[in-house]
Amino acid sequence: MNMPEVLLDVQNLVVKYKTKMREIRALDRVNLAVEARQIVAIVGESGCGKSTLGLSIIGLLPMPPALVESGQIIFQGRDLLRVKEAEMAMFRGTGISMVFQEPMSSLDPVFTVGGQLREAIGVREKRNTRRSYGPFARVAPEDIHGVTGGAMRMFGFRLPRSRPKEVLSDEVVQALKKVQIADPETVLGKYPHELSGGIAQRVMIARALIERPSLLIADEPTSALDVTTQAEVLKLMRALRDEVGTSIIFVTHDLAVAAQVAEVVAVMYAGEIVELAETREIFRKTSHPYSEGLIGSFPEKYKDQGMLETIPGDVPDLRSQIIGCKFNPRCKYAFDRCMVEHPDLIEAEAGHKVACFLRSPR
Amino acid sequence: MNELLLVEDLTKYFPIESTILDRVRGRRILDVHAVDAVTFDLHRNETLGLVGESGSGKTTLGRTILMLERPTSGKIVFDGQEISDLRGSELRKIRREMQIVFQNPVSSLDPRMRVKDIVTEPLRAFRDFDRKSADEAVHRVLEAVKLPEDSLTKFAHEFSGGQKQRIAVARALVLNPKFIVLDEPTSALDSSIQAQILNLLRALQDEYKLSYLFITHNINIVKFTSDRIAVMYMGKLVEVGETKDVLEHPLHPYTLALIVSVPRLDPDKKVETPPLHGEMSSMINPPAGCRFNPRCPYAQEICMTKEPELREVVTGHFSACHFAEKLFEVSPTTE
Repeated sequence: MNMPEVLLDVQNLVVKYKTKMREIRALDRVNLAVEARQIVAIVGESGCGKSTLGLSIIGLLPMPPALVESGQIIFQGRDLLRVKEAEMAMFRGTGISMVFQEPMSSLDPVFTVGGQLREAIGVREKRNTRRSYGPFARVAPEDIHGVTGGAMRMFGFRLPRSRPKEVLSDEVVQALKKVQIADPETVLGKYPHELSGGIAQRVMIARALIERPSLLIADEPTSALDVTTQAEVLKLMRALRDEVGTSIIFVTHDLAVAAQVAEVVAVMYAGEIVELAETREIFRKTSHPYSEGLIGSFPEKYKDQGMLETIPGDVPDLRSQIIGCKFNPRCKYAFDRCMVEHPDLIEAEAGHKVACFLRSPR
Repeated sequence: MNELLLVEDLTKYFPIESTILDRVRGRRILDVHAVDAVTFDLHRNETLGLVGESGSGKTTLGRTILMLERPTSGKIVFDGQEISDLRGSELRKIRREMQIVFQNPVSSLDPRMRVKDIVTEPLRAFRDFDRKSADEAVHRVLEAVKLPEDSLTKFAHEFSGGQKQRIAVARALVLNPKFIVLDEPTSALDSSIQAQILNLLRALQDEYKLSYLFITHNINIVKFTSDRIAVMYMGKLVEVGETKDVLEHPLHPYTLALIVSVPRLDPDKKVETPPLHGEMSSMINPPAGCRFNPRCPYAQEICMTKEPELREVVTGHFSACHFAEKLFEVSPTTE
């Protein structure tokens, strides 16, 4: 059996938001590994740090106020926290891509859908073909259209590659078809404001398809969509993984969505991962009281079947300092040790990590 | 009499603004058909869940029932009295009995008012205001929604989302209404908080004998909160019935599509992609015949020409589909 290839390895990541007034720990010693062709869901409520984690991986944290205090993010052998911005920019798009919750705000309102997607092809190809000179310069087969004649190449000249628009559009149409847009030719000429939310999100996924990233970070990609559209987008996400081989980090607040799409689920609370396991494990052998509470509070029963279980109290404000386990004020099992000592995320069973004293051997 | 609210052929069109030039040129004045000939009833102490996609007209229906929008046509009978043509002080009197809780507590609570003033304001509006009884009423509702005593002098922004929504519920309760429209009351909340508010609303319903119109896009929420469900598509009700009947034996292809696309907690029960074509059509020029026909996987010729009526297919279970009986026979049990 060969070892699964680890694509992304986040180690001991600590991210703070620092202002003159105060300092907030948004991520606290986060460890997360994503294998190639794997979908990992990060589940948590608002303010738990799930978006911050996504933004740190793709290097889009607003710095300042954000500050990476320690940790490593290893992607394809490089520590993303220590590469130069220019190099990071080369990773974005084709290496790591991102789909946001609001498709409308990530599409550029002044360009047509076709224009924006053709741009993505341009970026991908520019990165794939190294500039090479001389009579034997290698030319990628897909690059053949815009290349100038051999004589010119010999002297190191290359005119800007300009494949005919129609050829590029062809690939764009193919991508739009893959994301189940019924009439790609019309959508091509439209501006983002002319699209519905569902179509716009599909265009964003089509862009990711075109860029062929090895890692896609999807930050609540279905939260703004209707449920029928959501089902289609979830299916597309799985198709993207199967066909392009992209690993996906799927950030969501909805446990049920995570159950549908992911192989591995990480539950986050107050900036920490509190439970991490394969999806089935999480739902069959729920180990952390917070995950248990989330599952219990999911409305899946009829009115005459009694009330929902609830987690008392409120989603924690990261400004407040909680000593010991951060979940202790809301936990029904909390005992004296939880108030003073902080539980680490440890492997309670094979492949099932939990940060709770109830599950850890003494 | 068991009926609290009766809505008959309620219609609300919003005209699209047209210039004088358009009219001179004799261009047809277009309307958005937000609510179109909707008929249903609501019993006392009952919750009717109103489900539908965004833009299907759920919120407009809720607002029109409260007479926040004047209906274009149709009848609203509340507690035995027809209110759809009331105006001014007559309407005000009825308004005491009906309240609304909005989706986003951040925008529905005045940031410059203290909690006490927010919750007292309805009493003031009805001049039902002597200081002592008002104070009592405010204390009573704050206790009912489980807000701490010291919140009275605070401002809304000092509270978390869930507590803000509790304030909004308290404000709706203070006049002792019979009927509350809940317009997506938990959509802006985190899941652990959502469960708290849903439980609270249920408890209040029993305590105050309230009737709810629960507007939501989330099938799981209606399942937990509602006695009956009404499914809305493009301004029309396409299915009405007992919660269990509708969810387990849907009699309209649209309802079926909604149900199969709801994600479940069980990782082994994957959602199916609904066999729907495309997206919701334009509300300005609804398609001829059944409005669902451009997306319907079972559409036949009759669906393109004849608009189906909402009719009782099985006792207490209504559907607006020409082939509802067939759907009932094949009965794709969804549980």
